[in-house]
Amino acid sequence: MAKKFSYVQRAAVFIAAGVTFFILLFLIAYILINGIPNLKPSLFELKYTSENVSMFPAIINTLIMVAVSLGISTPLGVFTAIYLVEYAGRENPFVRVIRMTAETLSGIPSIVYGLFGMLFFVTYLKWGYSILSGSVTLSIMVLPLIMRTTEESLKSVPDMYREASFGLGAGKLRTIFRIVIPSAIPGILSGIILAMGRIIGETAALIYTAGTVAELPEGLMSSGRTLAIHMYLLSSEGFNTNEAYATAVVLLAVILIINAASTKAANRLGGKHEI
Amino acid sequence: MKKISEKAMFAVFLISALASVCAVLLICVFLFANGIPAMHKVGLFKFLLGKNWSPTDIPPEYGILPMILGSIYVTAGAIIIGVPIGLLTAVFMARYCPKQLYRVLSPASELLAGIPSIVYGFFGMVVIAPVVKQLFGGKGAFSMLTASILLGIMILPTIISVSEVALRSVPENYFEGALALGATKERSIFSVVLPAAKSGVLAGVILGIGRAIGETMAVIMVCGNQPRMPAGILKGVRTMTANIVTEMGYAQDLHREVLIATGVVLFVFILLINLLFSAVVSRGGKK
Repeated sequence: MAKKFSYVQRAAVFIAAGVTFFILLFLIAYILINGIPNLKPSLFELKYTSENVSMFPAIINTLIMVAVSLGISTPLGVFTAIYLVEYAGRENPFVRVIRMTAETLSGIPSIVYGLFGMLFFVTYLKWGYSILSGSVTLSIMVLPLIMRTTEESLKSVPDMYREASFGLGAGKLRTIFRIVIPSAIPGILSGIILAMGRIIGETAALIYTAGTVAELPEGLMSSGRTLAIHMYLLSSEGFNTNEAYATAVVLLAVILIINAASTKAANRLGGKHEI
Repeated sequence: MKKISEKAMFAVFLISALASVCAVLLICVFLFANGIPAMHKVGLFKFLLGKNWSPTDIPPEYGILPMILGSIYVTAGAIIIGVPIGLLTAVFMARYCPKQLYRVLSPASELLAGIPSIVYGFFGMVVIAPVVKQLFGGKGAFSMLTASILLGIMILPTIISVSEVALRSVPENYFEGALALGATKERSIFSVVLPAAKSGVLAGVILGIGRAIGETMAVIMVCGNQPRMPAGILKGVRTMTANIVTEMGYAQDLHREVLIATGVVLFVFILLINLLFSAVVSRGGKK
């Protein structure tokens, strides 16, 4: 009797795992099979018209958005992690406050970031619907991610490295920038790459901050839709489903590459500090 | 000279560390300052418990109870679907998966977390909705059920990764002790290891709830989006998140403020979930 129940439990475990990974495979295969035939050259024309539904401007907007957001959040996140790991003592009450705020930030849904961006950057600072409003909003959103991964990888650098550097007469700053950060680079990089993935896939935080204009931007202050918003608009309008499939293929391909790169970077960190 | 640069950089690090604190404060201040006056104008009671959402009628009514319930029901459905599958998958990853296969499956479950919600939403629209419609005789394509299934899939990676860590942190001798007493592998896992990992699993479920209740784009595309009291799992619903995105585009004056107030309610939900999460984590840590 007990034995039979064990079989049931084992079957449940295997079925659940099968279901999980079948869904993933099916989703990817379905999007690719339906989307790849729809990847026409006209989708990558320089100018968007309602006829060619080009996603090229959206791709450029996405790239700008990634660059600006990471340009803001990478230094902030990395410096915060340096402060937490290298300067603040464990008992420092300020550290607890920072940890708590980081946890809060990482739990906030993207739509709430979108609302905040709309109220603060778009309306209060009068930046309007613009790529700048969108990317600053996103940089706050990915800040905890970069902070946490950097913190983890700084912590994984053995203290011996620091002591050896101090022993050779290097100051604290020099030790951090010449010894600690270079050894922690793979971990930091994997965090930045993951953040890139979140920025590329984000929709809800951008609709009311960056807006939905489908043209190439004239500058950071002009509105522009990213690829994910482009896809949302295509699929909700309903008469460009084929193009939505094609956009999904591009998005999915980028996310696949990003995830592979991040895993690879993280693995490189894993084996490095073994002595 | 050197001293100055050391001090200057320390200041830079400290100021950076303050940025996230400032961000949280700014978010709170701006959301509450813009949302609370609207609650006051509508009347807190009428706003939270009003069953009627008709912002364009004369006179307009701004009751968000349908959306609050919509969010809660859809999230509950996602938990019912996602937790068993996710938890069992975590058991597989921690206890059954051969090393070679693990090297493929572990990044795969990360990939599941990395797929953008808009792609999930699209998948729900073109695959899950028609399947549900077929299964229930032409009804319920865009319904609470479809949204729950989709969200159940989307919270899988959260549940899997947190539960797997919890399962792995149970000391190996618990498992071996149970085996030595003659229990089968399954019995050892389900009666000894899993109960020992309880608080970690619970933390994962709470994180999953947070993700599900805050999910926006995927839900909009499959939930049907009707702003009325939930009427059954095969009927359309609207969540708080969907309400904000759907109407913010054309809302003005009080209507707009009420939508921001909806965001405030969502934000408070999330803060409560976060509190619950850290309570569970710190209790689990003490043991």
